[in-house]
Amino acid sequence: MENLPHAIEVDRLVKRYGSQVAVNQISFTVGRGEIVGFLGPNGAGKSTTMRILTGYLPATSGSATVCGYPVAAQPVEVKSRIGYMPENNPLPEDLRVVEYLRWRGRLKGVPRRRLRRRIDEVLEVCDLTRARRRIIGKLSKGFRQRVGIADAILSEPEVIIMDEPTIGLDPHQIVMIRDLIAGFRGRMTVILSSHILPEIEMTCDRVIIINAGRIVATGSPDELRREFIGSLAFDLELAGPTPSLRDALLPLDPALRIEAGEPSENGSFRTVRIQTSHGPEFGEAIIKAVTTRADLRLRSLTRRTASLEEVFLAATRRSWETELPLPAAPPSPSNPTPDEPSPEPAAAAESPTAAPDRDPPGASDQSRPSP
Amino acid sequence: MKHFFVLLRHEMWALLINPGTYIAAFLFLIVMGFIFQDLLTALVRNPQENPPGVTFFQLFWLPVFFLVPLLTMRSLAEERRMGTLETLMTTPVTSVEVVTSKFAAAYFYYLMLWLATASFHFILYQFSRDIRLVDWGALAGGYLFVALSGLLFIALGILASALTRSQLVAGIFAFTLVFTTIIGGRYLEELVLLQEARAEWVGRVVEHLQIFQHAEDFTAGVIDSRPIVFYISGAALLIFFSILAVDLKNNRT
Repeated sequence: MENLPHAIEVDRLVKRYGSQVAVNQISFTVGRGEIVGFLGPNGAGKSTTMRILTGYLPATSGSATVCGYPVAAQPVEVKSRIGYMPENNPLPEDLRVVEYLRWRGRLKGVPRRRLRRRIDEVLEVCDLTRARRRIIGKLSKGFRQRVGIADAILSEPEVIIMDEPTIGLDPHQIVMIRDLIAGFRGRMTVILSSHILPEIEMTCDRVIIINAGRIVATGSPDELRREFIGSLAFDLELAGPTPSLRDALLPLDPALRIEAGEPSENGSFRTVRIQTSHGPEFGEAIIKAVTTRADLRLRSLTRRTASLEEVFLAATRRSWETELPLPAAPPSPSNPTPDEPSPEPAAAAESPTAAPDRDPPGASDQSRPSP
Repeated sequence: MKHFFVLLRHEMWALLINPGTYIAAFLFLIVMGFIFQDLLTALVRNPQENPPGVTFFQLFWLPVFFLVPLLTMRSLAEERRMGTLETLMTTPVTSVEVVTSKFAAAYFYYLMLWLATASFHFILYQFSRDIRLVDWGALAGGYLFVALSGLLFIALGILASALTRSQLVAGIFAFTLVFTTIIGGRYLEELVLLQEARAEWVGRVVEHLQIFQHAEDFTAGVIDSRPIVFYISGAALLIFFSILAVDLKNNRT
């Protein structure tokens, strides 16, 4: 058992509801002690995949293995090794927190002698000790969410599966739960889903991006950034005319893009964003070039790291393109791609939220390796 | 069945801490008390063929019609609607354990309610001291009938609740099932009489499905093994269907 390299192995998993394909040929593995985030628009198949892993839903085809046990053939073995918190975290309304945990502990087969101590431990870890005698139906959302997590970790499972653990929480509670999950690193394998991208970025070792039932990207946030956002962006705080800046920088990189921001209220400084396909060392070249010009004054230079949001948008967009070949040829490098009409409403709902200012138009397409 | 008792205990506890349990019991006893009082009033006015205890059991259908749907409609439908069935089914618990524990808890509560009505006969006996009014043998038979037929009725309710996620639908469906089971036997009997000889064996089968007749027989002291087999096997079959329903419905949500 212990020497198995992977806590979870999923091989060509398919789930159909009637004619609708919810999960389409998904394969991935999760190592022991790893924290993995599932990312994807609504209806992408995240919850379905998680439910199949817990043994709650049977897969149409393909196989899923948890801790070496096939989910379909040995569901009881699997169920006794996972802690699962479903989406919306359903709880019985009329029990007290401690009563609920005691009952769940018995169901999960925690030995009676051990259970009392274990409940105290999880209450402590989830900061629920003060609420232990309160009735669940009267708890606030944050408390309920923590009760759900307490239940998931109660039997010290090898694998924890959480569907949207931070949905509907305030920033304080999100930080708390994030720390809580980070505390499991190395001891328990965790799979969680979220659409809150910074959330995933901060807690997860690895991200699996799912769109329309397929895995479109997988890797650590940094790897994904490198793969999907080839360009780098530098923010310069600068005083001086933009054409002069262009003259200074174009010799370094002809493909470079300059976006001048609004001047700030104090003085003539403003923020200028420069996008390039060169590496981080390009920053030095910019400084050198700018300081040689007398009419340009540079106050600061920051290298911008693309947020996972941008990666996510780029990855899901690419998956639409590969899946549905567009009538036109792939956009030419010189042509900055406008926001592409998304073929399905799920993606359409997702893109406008981040499109206006964060989406690096064109740049990501220019440097994109061809699919 | 390792988790059956854990689940049953939880169900019982949920019943105990729910104010609805006590309100329902209170209202049930008021209704049954009125019926009983009515029987006594009738007895005072005119001499009756049967002692009030026997007539009381012949009216068993009245509480069964409203009590069984109300008791069982919540059990699985509500869990499914709330999503707690999902958290339950992702622990090492089987659907057999879940359904049987729900059934056992509802059945236990049903029995408790009926047992509370035993106090009526006891009070009557205390005040009349008349063995003609309170026939203990008939009462024992009557309660045995209630306990046996309750197995079937509660199982019908659990099946209705397993088939839907709406409490309302479960309630009405349970009522329809119970109604058909109780009244349908009598109706069938008349139907089959129309086509006499050809389907004689049908007639003989239908003869054994007369729940009113069972009530009468049990209170009269005729305790046949056939109704006992009918109720127990019927309940087992319905519970089996409920388990199938829980498994199949989970596969599709």
